[in-house]
Amino acid sequence: MAAGDRPMTGEILLSLPATILSLSSTFNLRFPSRPSFPKCPSFSRSPPEPLLSTAPRAAVTPSSPSPTTFHGPCYVIGDNIDTDQIIPAEHLTLVPSKPDEYQKLGSLALCGLPSSAYPVPFVLSGAASTPFPIVIAGANFGCGSSREHAPVALGAAGVRAIVAEYYARIFFRNSVSTGEMFPLESEETVIWKECTTGDIVTVDLDERWLTNHTTGKEYRLKPIGDAGPVIEAGGIFAYARKTGMIASASTA
Amino acid sequence: MASSSSIFGRMKDPGLMSCFSPSISTHRCRKQALNRVLAVMAPMQPQRSPATTGSVKHAMSMTEKILARASEQLHLAPGENVWVNVDVLMTHDVSGPGTIGIFKREFGQNAKVWDREKIVIMPEHYIFTSDERANRNVDILRDFCTEQNIKYHYDIKDLGNFRANPDYKGVCHIALAQEGHCRPSEVLLGTDSHTCNAGAFGQFATGIGNTDAGFVMGTGKILLKVPPTMRFILDGEMPKYLLAKDLILQIIGEITVAGATYKSMEFVGSTVESLNMEERMTLCNMVIEAGGKNGVVPVDKITLKYLEDKTTLTFEPVYSDDCARFIQEYKFDVSKLEPLVAKPHSPDNRALARECKGVKIDRVYIGSCTGGKTEDFLAAAKVFLASGKKVKVPTFLVPATQKV
Repeated sequence: MAAGDRPMTGEILLSLPATILSLSSTFNLRFPSRPSFPKCPSFSRSPPEPLLSTAPRAAVTPSSPSPTTFHGPCYVIGDNIDTDQIIPAEHLTLVPSKPDEYQKLGSLALCGLPSSAYPVPFVLSGAASTPFPIVIAGANFGCGSSREHAPVALGAAGVRAIVAEYYARIFFRNSVSTGEMFPLESEETVIWKECTTGDIVTVDLDERWLTNHTTGKEYRLKPIGDAGPVIEAGGIFAYARKTGMIASASTA
Repeated sequence: MASSSSIFGRMKDPGLMSCFSPSISTHRCRKQALNRVLAVMAPMQPQRSPATTGSVKHAMSMTEKILARASEQLHLAPGENVWVNVDVLMTHDVSGPGTIGIFKREFGQNAKVWDREKIVIMPEHYIFTSDERANRNVDILRDFCTEQNIKYHYDIKDLGNFRANPDYKGVCHIALAQEGHCRPSEVLLGTDSHTCNAGAFGQFATGIGNTDAGFVMGTGKILLKVPPTMRFILDGEMPKYLLAKDLILQIIGEITVAGATYKSMEFVGSTVESLNMEERMTLCNMVIEAGGKNGVVPVDKITLKYLEDKTTLTFEPVYSDDCARFIQEYKFDVSKLEPLVAKPHSPDNRALARECKGVKIDRVYIGSCTGGKTEDFLAAAKVFLASGKKVKVPTFLVPATQKV
């Protein structure tokens, strides 16, 4: 990473193990200290050298005002969106741990949605990433297969946070383990019906609000719960290193 | 001690904080209207005051016992987050390369897997194709197995003739069972959602993603939250026109595609005891379709007979205690059930087959992990013979494995 570059908030940086310095996290999910999780340290460390920088986020307007909020147009989908709609099976020959194939997955995120029900494409034809950093979904988001390509595709496309009614188990677990994006839940049900793709929204992680500026409505978010420490650490590997379950990468 | 009404028990070790499930949210249950009530949901067990005898205090379900043993704890309750020792990790050509990539990135390019005999690598998803990336993925698996000296690598090299590959097996979940990798009371993880299939052997089996699998590859452990168990009691003589698939579709229709999210599904009762291993696998296979974490069937002589010639490893079956707490119980009188169909576009969109009599079929597919076992083909053959030995629409038969 060139000197003077600052990674954007929430950007996922993949690092070479050999270049991780004193850091215990590989997936550097930028995260400020959160008083609601007293056991977690504050995150004031320098970022590791990335193996790759993710696709340009130029489509996100405007940039987030603070590290605990995400702001921009939202993409709205309904109930029971399965992993085959998120990333169809034909694309599973792409290997997420290979940087160029990771990027390709991003360009294919949600391409399995039927265009009759979702006329606005999530990723424009020919684009590498999505203009929608926030996804609002209904019940049982991410159901179906265990393919990790699903949260990876969304994260690679540029999704920062999803606000769903609730998640299918394996998808939620994969989102947390990879640290690709925040899988948040709304306290109210069926909020997706009150939002329209393109509405400008703000997700405030600390205060736990989703604000739809276009409709003027606000929705309370549930606490991230037990997944918090894992996401905060930066995914399962970082969490395991922090709790002493595995050695740090530099001594591996 | 967990109360019967709470879903999560107290965490034993406050230092071990996290796991992966979000806070519990209630969801609306879509009940299918049938002409008569065929399933009865038993009322929640009444609150019990803790007894002084050890057996009640430590009453556990099958899943809890399996996870307790695997995490070297005497007792576990639903909701506890524990590091669990893994007995078998399975991966295939879709998720294997990604898993290997993460393993090498996190543990180092020269790292060794935690146990070369506990990993099963099965190329089987995208095999007979000219797609270069798909073929490359099979090569990636092979290179890794050579480098790590993986004991169980069911490789395929000759794409022109599947019979020319002595090691190639077929669909991973059925091959795992046929090759003796499914054993009672063990913990089996696979990078495929239908890994829950193996619960038929009285073990904890569930699907995970590449990152978790990469972690297991290096450490042999995984962080799991102990799920509460839903019990499904299936009694009554199985009519000749029913298969295990009808039973599980009945259940999924009853509880919806998210009805078992984060829960274990335990299948018991006289009907289950009469099912052979392949039918039990069908039940457990579709646990994921209800959102379930894992499914289990208690071990009995049918299980032992199946395993007789498949494995020499020893195992000790565990069973749910009599006073174990189940979060929900459903009873089904199987003798009253009818063949079912899951209509588009959801596995819980259940309908009686006879209600769909007039629907024109365009294509038939019989196969894969849920429906491609020997029993499934025998059942299909009976219908085929009885109906005139001619197919009326394009029919695809996909046996799960070479053995089938």
